[in-house]
Amino acid sequence: MAENMNAKDVKEEEPMLVVKNLHVSFDIMAGKVDAVNGVSFSLKKGGILGIVGESGSGKSVSNYSIMQILDKNGHIDSGSIRFCGKELIGLSEKEMRKIRGDRIAIIFQDPMSGLNPVYTVGNQLIEAIRTHNKDISKKEAYKQSVEMLKLVGFNDPEKRMKQYPFEHSGGMLQRVMIAMALVMKPDLLIADEPTTALDVTIQAQIIDLLKSLQKKFGMGIIIVTHDLGVIAQIADEVDVMYAGRIVERGSTDEIFYNPKHEYTKGLIKSVPTLQDQELEPIKGNPVNLLDLPKGCSFSPRCSKCMHICTEVYPEQIELSKDHSVSCWNAIKELQDEGKIDVTAAPEGKGNTDTLKLPTKRNKAEEKTEDKNRKSLVKGLALSGQKGENHEEK
Amino acid sequence: MNGKFVKYILKRILMAVVTIFCVITITFWAMQAIPGGPFLSEKSPSPEVLAQLNKLYGLDLPVGQQYLNYLKNSLIWNFGYSIKDARPVNEIIQTTFPVSAEIGIIALLVSIVVGVFLGSLAATHQNKLGDRLIMVLSTASVAMPSFVIAFLLLLVFAINLKWFPTLGTKPGGLVLPIVTLSLYPAAYITRLTRSSTLDVLNQDYIRTARAKGLSNSKVLFKHALRNSLTPVLTYVGPEFAYIITGSLVVEQIFSIPGIGRKFVESITNRDYPLIMGTTVFLTYIMVFMLLLTDILYKVLNPKVELD
Amino acid sequence: MIGNFKKNPLSLQIDYSRFLPSSKEEKEKQNVFRKPTTFFHDSMKRFSKNPVAMVSGIFVILLILAVIFIPIFWPYSYSEQLRITYGVSDGTFNNLRPFHWSNTEKELIANGAKLVPHIFGTDSGGRDYFIRVIYGARVSLTVGFFASIIVLLIGSVYGAVSGYFGGKVDLIMMRIVDVIYSIPDLLIIILLSSVLKIVLGDSTNTFVTTLGSGMISIFIVFGLLYWVGMARLVRGQVLTLKQEDFVLAAKASGAGGWWIIRKHLLPNAMSVIIVSAALQIPSAIFTESFLSYLGLGVNAPMPSLGSLCADAEGTIMYSDKLYQLLLPAFLICLIVLALNLLGDGLRDSFDPKLAK
Repeated sequence: MAENMNAKDVKEEEPMLVVKNLHVSFDIMAGKVDAVNGVSFSLKKGGILGIVGESGSGKSVSNYSIMQILDKNGHIDSGSIRFCGKELIGLSEKEMRKIRGDRIAIIFQDPMSGLNPVYTVGNQLIEAIRTHNKDISKKEAYKQSVEMLKLVGFNDPEKRMKQYPFEHSGGMLQRVMIAMALVMKPDLLIADEPTTALDVTIQAQIIDLLKSLQKKFGMGIIIVTHDLGVIAQIADEVDVMYAGRIVERGSTDEIFYNPKHEYTKGLIKSVPTLQDQELEPIKGNPVNLLDLPKGCSFSPRCSKCMHICTEVYPEQIELSKDHSVSCWNAIKELQDEGKIDVTAAPEGKGNTDTLKLPTKRNKAEEKTEDKNRKSLVKGLALSGQKGENHEEK
Repeated sequence: MNGKFVKYILKRILMAVVTIFCVITITFWAMQAIPGGPFLSEKSPSPEVLAQLNKLYGLDLPVGQQYLNYLKNSLIWNFGYSIKDARPVNEIIQTTFPVSAEIGIIALLVSIVVGVFLGSLAATHQNKLGDRLIMVLSTASVAMPSFVIAFLLLLVFAINLKWFPTLGTKPGGLVLPIVTLSLYPAAYITRLTRSSTLDVLNQDYIRTARAKGLSNSKVLFKHALRNSLTPVLTYVGPEFAYIITGSLVVEQIFSIPGIGRKFVESITNRDYPLIMGTTVFLTYIMVFMLLLTDILYKVLNPKVELD
Repeated sequence: MIGNFKKNPLSLQIDYSRFLPSSKEEKEKQNVFRKPTTFFHDSMKRFSKNPVAMVSGIFVILLILAVIFIPIFWPYSYSEQLRITYGVSDGTFNNLRPFHWSNTEKELIANGAKLVPHIFGTDSGGRDYFIRVIYGARVSLTVGFFASIIVLLIGSVYGAVSGYFGGKVDLIMMRIVDVIYSIPDLLIIILLSSVLKIVLGDSTNTFVTTLGSGMISIFIVFGLLYWVGMARLVRGQVLTLKQEDFVLAAKASGAGGWWIIRKHLLPNAMSVIIVSAALQIPSAIFTESFLSYLGLGVNAPMPSLGSLCADAEGTIMYSDKLYQLLLPAFLICLIVLALNLLGDGLRDSFDPKLAK
């Protein structure tokens, strides 16, 4: 467990996972999709981080980048991902393989298609063990697998081991996936929309299961979802993503009771409650990741859009120890309250967490001025399909 | 599961019987439609001899009766006597079929091995040079009818380079026929394997396997291959029967005494029993291969619902 | 950071006027959306970006034009055996290599006559080979085209009926399809072609004689056996369409129904069917050349590319006559290849998800 820890390199308080200024893009026929545009977040050991956003926000892609299981046409353009003090970007495939499934594990959205239909559950569980522990005997691996199945709630684990995936329901399969992910006791579990494909009642079960397993094993969890209900149930901390950037972050309480970003507010408002007469969706359309807007990506849909919002991307500002936001309105609020003075000269370098004007945006800016805009627009007309497929992640 | 399986097999056997029945019927009545008879192409024998011959071969019975007789006989694998050769049809089949089968089986095996290998290679190196090259070659090969391939090979390797003999019966003479026979299936299997493997590699469970830390070769050989090969299997089963029958051209060009060549001859000679015999026999083979393929498919892919 | 009152935590200095609300136009400018487009337009665009498919398409068009127009002005006929004097057989025009002249022709040219060269030479009967190959291509294309139309028509009707009515009708019809599917095609084709050729060969029906008994037998055989694949396909599409129908009827607003069928379902279904029909053509040509090679195709003297190959079989031992074999063989492969690539290109542009 400690193989990645090198006491000299690890700062005293460095969190288990530190993602800094990550940029990820995809090459598709219509152009380059900027899926992740300068994302930074971190996770303490044993912490539960929720990343929420709509399709295309880049939430899944950011996490796939941690494990480097992006599609072939996706690549990490820049940034840093440090896990237990070790930089993951640049590691050889062989070294990444040692980490995948062993130190960092992931469960995906659709459990029905996540397991190979021609092999039994047992086969695939044992495989998870023996890939990382070559010395273990088949019998011992079998025992461990059965133990794990029991832990995730199966009453008849031995029977399940012999069965095929298609003989299970969605909820059962997700349990199997969780078992498979946790069988090597990883430090970090990434749950990518784990409940989206399941019934509501099963959703609750799975979330409870994750919570209890977290208490038992103490691993960190990153839970990616568009469902605020799930976030509310399990996450300590929430990052809200939009168009490949984190627009607001904070503790779960702060985000739910004191949202500052218009997008976050919109998300919370759009969850129907019993008192609501009408649904309140967020106006406008999702962002086109092939050609990001110049200023704040949310500006076309924002009711409080100001001039500056269409000109410059808002820098991240800390409202409190556990609440930061990237929004000019929040900055304006602080200005009006007299807490800061942005009309004065800037205060030196500033916090390293503060996003500088992202270079990606300048590229986008060039593109819009360029002749290439015409062909980009033409390309968009051709197959937005492929772009959309990636936005789903 | 097992009860359902048995029911399925029984259903398929029933279908097979129906198919064979249809084939026999079609063949029989087609034969009847040809004017003239097996004896009229030779120097016409005298009427008495003709009558004797007809009686001997049961050709003097009313057609309906002939048909029923033949049905009965086919079921007990009695195809009668060849008119041209005066040998039992069964014997003719016995001597010629193994020749075709040998070439066919080898050609099929070669095409499977080559096809699966090249197809998987192309899929894992998608859009790179190797992939493009393989695709160009296989696309071109699929456009070439077997006689064209045969002639080209003969021209280059037998006549110009003189590496192989032109006759299939000489030593080393089976190489070119086998290559000819295997080219189309190999190319087809290559394309099939490639697209099937690409499909499979995009599946979620492959992503899961990678996320578990499996090596690329493990992912390909353990997880991908078994899934990507099922379409190939579906193709190979019937293709086996085709190869054997489709070796008509090859047997002619390379002068190989196989069942395909016999079949064509029998039509030219209006040798009814032989025509019927070979057609029905080859249909049996075909139908059997289809059934075998279906069963194997189910074994490889337990999720498949049987109808 | 908040502890630092009145300080500027940002990295830039901001003019307060920028904090005023933006205009609607400013917001709109931020969005870049794709132009609305239709399914067909999209597909054609994709197709035009596929160089292989485009080249194949151009080749096919040129070929079609060639087989239609060349026979009109070409001075040699496909059946005329060139002689010095009419009716008197001599060998002087036989087996001329491409662009060579017979002695008679050389004399004529020396005397100032302008003769069209034998681009492909002549065959063993003294017939201009170029025009024979052109006619051969014409036969192949015609057979290919009509055979796939037959397959399309029979298959679609059968499949549509089976899929639409469902139930017992569907069950029986599909069982029949299964049986036909498991009949060894080639055997039966050869059998039936031979039989039909003989039977029809005696017929005096004018329709039969113009087309040739061989051609007709090929069409009949295709009509009997090859439509099953198309039937299954169409039935599948009809079943999908049917499902959508019911779902839509159950929905509250009926207005959505036809729109969805028209804009989404039919284009998808039709494109699948059309592409499949398009890919039938090379397959039909392939089979036709095979049958012609065996002598079961069109009747002499009308050439088919396959029969030309068969006739030229013996030339394999003679390098100077080899062109008689190579030219038609090469052309068959080229035609089938071009049509295959064209069909693939069409399929890829109508359903890019299939493109690899």
